[in-house]
Amino acid sequence: MIKFFLMVNKQGQTRLAKYYEHVEINKRTVLETEVLKSCLFRSNEQCSFIEFKDFKLVCRRYAALLIVVGVNDTENEMAIYEFIHNFVEVLDEYFSRVTELDIMFNLDKVHIILDEMVLNGCIVETNRARILAPLLILDKMSES
Amino acid sequence: MSDIVEKTLTALPGLFLQNQSVGGPAGVKASFSSRLGGLVRGITALTSKHEEEKLIQQELSNLKATVSAPATTLKMMKECMVRLIYCEMLGYDASFGYIHAIKLAQQGNLLEKRVGYLAVSLFLHENHELLLLLVNTVVKDLQSTNLVEVCMALTIVSQIFPREMIPAVLPLIEDKLQHSKEIIRRKAVLALYKFHLIAPNQVQHIHIKFRKALCDRDVGVMAASLHIYFRMIKENPSGYKDLTGSFVTILKQVVGGKLPVDFNYHSVPAPWLQIQLLRILGLLGKDDQRTSELMYDVLDESLRRAELNHNVTYGLKALTYVIQQDPTLALQHQMTIIECLDHPDPIIKRETLELLYRITNAQNITVIVQKMLEYLHQSKEEYIIVNLVGKIAELAEKYAPDNAWFIQTMNAVFSVGGDVMHPDIPNNFMRLLAEGFDDETEDQQLRLYAVQSYLTLLDVENVFYPQKFLQVMSWVLGEYYYLLDKDTPEEVLTKLYKLLMNASVSSETKAWLIAAVTKLTSQAHSSNIVERLIQEFTISLDTCMRQHAFELKHLRENVELMKSLLPVDKSCEDMVVDASLSFLDGFVAEELSQGAAPYKPHHQRQEEKLSQEKVLNFEPYGLSFSSSGFTGRQSPAGISLGSDISGNSAETGLKETNGLKLEGIKKLWGKEGYLPKKEGKTGDETEAPPVPQESIIMETVDQTLIKKDQCQVLTQSKEEKEKQLLASSLFVGLGSESTVNLLGKADTVSHKFRRKSKIKETKSGETTSAHNRTCFHFSSSSNATYEDDYYLDTLQDRGDKELNKLSLNSGLLDSESLTELPSVEKLSSCKLSSSPSLFTDNSMEGFQPSQSTALSVANETSLAASLLEETSEHMHSDLVEVCHNETISLSSFKIWKDDCLFMVWSVSNKSGLELESADLEIAPAENFKITEQPGCRLPIIEAESIKTFQYSVQVEKPFTEGNLSGFINYQMMDTHSVQLEFSVNLSLLDFIRPLKISTENFGKLWLSFANDVKQNIKVSESQAALPSALKTLQQKLRLHVVEIIGNEGLLACQLLPSIPCLLHFRVHGDVLALWFRSSCSTLPDCLLYQCQKVMEGS
Repeated sequence: MIKFFLMVNKQGQTRLAKYYEHVEINKRTVLETEVLKSCLFRSNEQCSFIEFKDFKLVCRRYAALLIVVGVNDTENEMAIYEFIHNFVEVLDEYFSRVTELDIMFNLDKVHIILDEMVLNGCIVETNRARILAPLLILDKMSES
Repeated sequence: MSDIVEKTLTALPGLFLQNQSVGGPAGVKASFSSRLGGLVRGITALTSKHEEEKLIQQELSNLKATVSAPATTLKMMKECMVRLIYCEMLGYDASFGYIHAIKLAQQGNLLEKRVGYLAVSLFLHENHELLLLLVNTVVKDLQSTNLVEVCMALTIVSQIFPREMIPAVLPLIEDKLQHSKEIIRRKAVLALYKFHLIAPNQVQHIHIKFRKALCDRDVGVMAASLHIYFRMIKENPSGYKDLTGSFVTILKQVVGGKLPVDFNYHSVPAPWLQIQLLRILGLLGKDDQRTSELMYDVLDESLRRAELNHNVTYGLKALTYVIQQDPTLALQHQMTIIECLDHPDPIIKRETLELLYRITNAQNITVIVQKMLEYLHQSKEEYIIVNLVGKIAELAEKYAPDNAWFIQTMNAVFSVGGDVMHPDIPNNFMRLLAEGFDDETEDQQLRLYAVQSYLTLLDVENVFYPQKFLQVMSWVLGEYYYLLDKDTPEEVLTKLYKLLMNASVSSETKAWLIAAVTKLTSQAHSSNIVERLIQEFTISLDTCMRQHAFELKHLRENVELMKSLLPVDKSCEDMVVDASLSFLDGFVAEELSQGAAPYKPHHQRQEEKLSQEKVLNFEPYGLSFSSSGFTGRQSPAGISLGSDISGNSAETGLKETNGLKLEGIKKLWGKEGYLPKKEGKTGDETEAPPVPQESIIMETVDQTLIKKDQCQVLTQSKEEKEKQLLASSLFVGLGSESTVNLLGKADTVSHKFRRKSKIKETKSGETTSAHNRTCFHFSSSSNATYEDDYYLDTLQDRGDKELNKLSLNSGLLDSESLTELPSVEKLSSCKLSSSPSLFTDNSMEGFQPSQSTALSVANETSLAASLLEETSEHMHSDLVEVCHNETISLSSFKIWKDDCLFMVWSVSNKSGLELESADLEIAPAENFKITEQPGCRLPIIEAESIKTFQYSVQVEKPFTEGNLSGFINYQMMDTHSVQLEFSVNLSLLDFIRPLKISTENFGKLWLSFANDVKQNIKVSESQAALPSALKTLQQKLRLHVVEIIGNEGLLACQLLPSIPCLLHFRVHGDVLALWFRSSCSTLPDCLLYQCQKVMEGS
């Protein structure tokens, strides 16, 4: 089970946050700060999986952007680690070379993509074409 | 590809400064002039938290104005929503916009609608009240002809949907399972998965459709159904064994590359799907050789094909799992493990230690524990310390090579683990010293070494040891200092005295210290230090210390008594004590004859005091003592000082033993008695069976590890040699010829310190009685009826037996409650019928074919008649249908027997055919013990007949809501077997029976119960009167009314089989003050809950 999905930049600013379990808004900020503390200063040498309280963090860094996924104990870390990359590949395809700004300006689209991939903390779709199909239709329709 | 991402992201600041549009075709469309652009720009330019707050507050007030302005178009609204999402993401409350998100989802065109739904899913949680407003929109969109809208609606339903509204959309979603587009079918399955998560009962009837989804021609739909199956199989693996073949076939196809190419991820065919399938197979094959055999082929294939890359910890984890099966495997990877041990990343280090922990044996213990201690000294995180300290202590106890090492290791554990470690550790350690093992001389050496080691430690100046460690030290020194064979304990007394005067020592520790001093004093009574200590503490402000000092003082006056009370090395022996305090009878009688008031227990006095002050608001007082009914009796304060005055030396002596015993024992045994030491391994073992998906990686890891090994051999340096040396010491004893047993089987390991089990039992008994004794000794000052008190306290021990007797003597159901039968029935039948609300008796005709209705009605009466023969003296609920299909109808009712809940399921065969091998099975439920009554297997159910299955249900511990589920299987002539599932709700009240006791017994029981709960509930005018409140409690909760005194009432009941619970209640205006007491800690709470429900409901 995925508990939350975070995208944070090097300065520690949240760029995307999606929770799959209800967390109060003020507790989210506290949680995010704590999570960042344990992820942000890890070198490439260090392991990408961090035990954090009673769950695990899987993080992966893309230039200045860090993606952290909180998962419960039964989740397979490797699966999540690769899933993050899959997500970035999808973004990359949709935005044709994704940048931090793309994510900021299209927060809604990024969320829509994520919603196609993860529901209720489960990975539900990983096929790139299928993930993007609904969004591309939406784009096409709103253009016309 | 990721290189590209990195490049572009690195270039971001530059691009941003140039203020040019970036991105591809779908890229950054929003212009910088837009509001959103403004916000984004503002956010990127932020430099401090303060600035952020200012910016967002400004933004929020702008947004507030915009969203509520009538001129705002939907397009603008969509943008506003994105901005609101931003604000909430940064941690600012934007709840004013929630309702607009719902509106947008309702009114917007496609993209606007999607953003509206998105905002709803981000803003609201499952139980948010606004969510109900979304239902209509969802229903509308589900029926839309536009597939995009249907998709959106399905997505939102699978994300967040109010449970109570599921029936409104369920049929629509079920229809979508047959849709021609795969995406709709897939999303419909996911929506059903959501329903299965939040309300499994409501989708029970569509299990057949799940199977269809599993066999869907589209991979996506099949994959979606796996989520549901994973959950269902996890709950009930035995129910889906027949699907093993299907899952194996699917996995075979996936692994064999039969899926469309776009499901590949970096040329691995659908890795996440493989993982999911492997997980399911893991659940199915667990503990089941036959099912597992079906999988071996495909697992082998998956392993062969798996080319996942790896991460070091992950490899270690896999290795840890493997090693549980075969420790020798670790031998191959020695050098890698050593590398990891020195890895700069603490997480990898810790995983390595975890692995080492599992390969520990008597030969490598010293090295491994040393490594663990090194790590322990570096880490600061509490969780890690607690975990590691526990492991070290466990290993040390199991494999300690010699006494010195054991004591030193434990010293390290205590100094580092300090006050965060699990209390079992010091307790086990002390017990181990006290109980010893088979060899007496060995025991003495160990104890002696401990004493010496602690004396040395206490010699060091300016070192602060954790409180727990000091407690252990004081206990050991007190008990075993005599082993040193010194003439006087002056030296150690000096040290203890110094600690006692130390301000940083907690008062709990001081109690341990003074207990040690007392023990030592009995060995050498003339000591200046003891004298000084007594002087110092008899005027201490700490009443506990003062009491101890007084006790010590009096004991010193009678050396013989002191020696017999504090025998040397007898901490494990039982001590005979006259717990009834019969020797005081004369004294009591004398005092009573001189007109002294009879003794009243503490809280009785409190209560009387309260009732006198009733005119005032007594709430604050009520709270102050409701928290623990025992405090009064345990508080040593003035009371025991008073007893000293009596000058009865025997009595004081007794007190002293009790006091001491408590000090030494308290931590070892909890209130409930001796707490058996948990086998530390069990937790680890549960995760032991390796899950298949781990094994995929195992192989690759192994390969890489081997590669690394080879590299290392080539470049061997001096450092390497050191490492190899370390390796040889770490992995010693792991070879195949090793005599050490496999790890993970804790019980087969030969423990270094084997305990004598018999002592545990006697000891636990002793503690309880010691515990009881304290109760007397504090009350001894007052002139009282001690006999009674004794009776009470032993009653607590024998509670069960006594109660059984009580209930035997008096029939459980008094005639009063029998006459109230209908209302009780109603209550429970509501419960029964609550799952499918359709199935109440009134509507029965509505869904049954008329012919069978007549039949079932007829049968129902005959059934009732037949059952009534045996149940006539018991109350029972109405017959309620729990499930049915065209052939059979299954109904159930409850009979509230005296000793158990009796559930009867009656199957009526509505068809004209015989049913064969009908079998009803109730799933084992936690907390419930279900016993099938004999003669329930029915090979055949004849046409149009009714058969019953009977089960008796017992409950293990109090609960609030319970549920029994099961299924019925039958086979019709020449057809396949059919299975129907059902579930029945159980209420705590099903297990509550009146307890008929006298007021006198009530009083006694009341005092003996430690767990109480107090609560005031407001009731309506009509209920405020005592009689009506009483009636409600008697009828609906099945309480027995013991006595009514003025506006107070005493009631009693018991939870089957025999946990009594007492209720004292008082009506005060429109407030009902309830006070429950029971010998069980959770029962009062649960009953209070039921009581509130009943009082509010009526």
